[in-house]
Amino acid sequence: MKSNISRLNKLFENRVRLGIMSVLSVNDSYDFNNLKDTLGVTDGNLASHLKALEENNLIRVNKQFIGRKPNTSYSITENGASLFHDHIKALEDIIRRQ
Amino acid sequence: MENEQNYSEDIKTIKKIMEESSRFLSLSGLSGLFAGLIAVLGGCIAQFVILKSGSHGISGLISRITGEQLASQKLWLFADAATVLVLALIVSLYFSLRKAKLRMQKVWTPVSKRMLLNLSIPLISGAFFILIFFLQNQWQFIIPSMLVFYGLALIGAGKFTYSEVFYLGLAELLTGFLSAVFQEYSLFFWIFGFGFLHLGYGLFMYRKYEG
Repeated sequence: MKSNISRLNKLFENRVRLGIMSVLSVNDSYDFNNLKDTLGVTDGNLASHLKALEENNLIRVNKQFIGRKPNTSYSITENGASLFHDHIKALEDIIRRQ
Repeated sequence: MENEQNYSEDIKTIKKIMEESSRFLSLSGLSGLFAGLIAVLGGCIAQFVILKSGSHGISGLISRITGEQLASQKLWLFADAATVLVLALIVSLYFSLRKAKLRMQKVWTPVSKRMLLNLSIPLISGAFFILIFFLQNQWQFIIPSMLVFYGLALIGAGKFTYSEVFYLGLAELLTGFLSAVFQEYSLFFWIFGFGFLHLGYGLFMYRKYEG
């Protein structure tokens, strides 16, 4: 049991981060406002978790202009996809053992 | 123990968010049901009122007989088809907006935009072809084109909504081919494809996801 729990990634312990990774693992890219709506969180909360995930090279930030409005979108990195996949596997193994 | 509870909650949340962010799930079964009902009515009006009033039926249209009576029949058929399309769009939109509201979901999301894009490319292509056939008096191609292009549109959109939409698209496609082979009965295939397939699909979806 202990070995399974140690396989869980501390970076994904938080619900908001889990949500961000879930969205980005099934979408090529997703912008800030749509992430906010999907997850139902505040600007500040979302921004701080995005920052943490970015700093750990789990997601990538793409800034561009749509017309004159700046638009920030996010996508998952290969590293992020593989770590998230491992995390889900570990969760499933723990549940299966019960 | 409390942690284990959290782990299975985590998995549930992950799956729910993955599905909701990659599939548009506010399409209502009632949309299909009522769109199908409207199509059956419109198809019956075409078959039993507009075509029966003339002396030629659908074969007259297909064999490209010309005449004043036929010209007015064509206009009525066009009006009938346009009315069915507009009414079906209105009810579909109404029930899907209502479902989105009940589920407290937004309608205009990245995934709904992607679904609409994939739906509209084959549909608009089909509309152009049908307009060309209409102007060229090539009636034998109109009904098959409606069904085939609509089927392709659903197959494309199926990746971004309930996967059942994909299978509805395959069924429409098949119905379209059959209507091209059995031209004399093409209107009945139209009523089956746009009417009864939608009715069956709508009822099935409503009972599976909303009932």
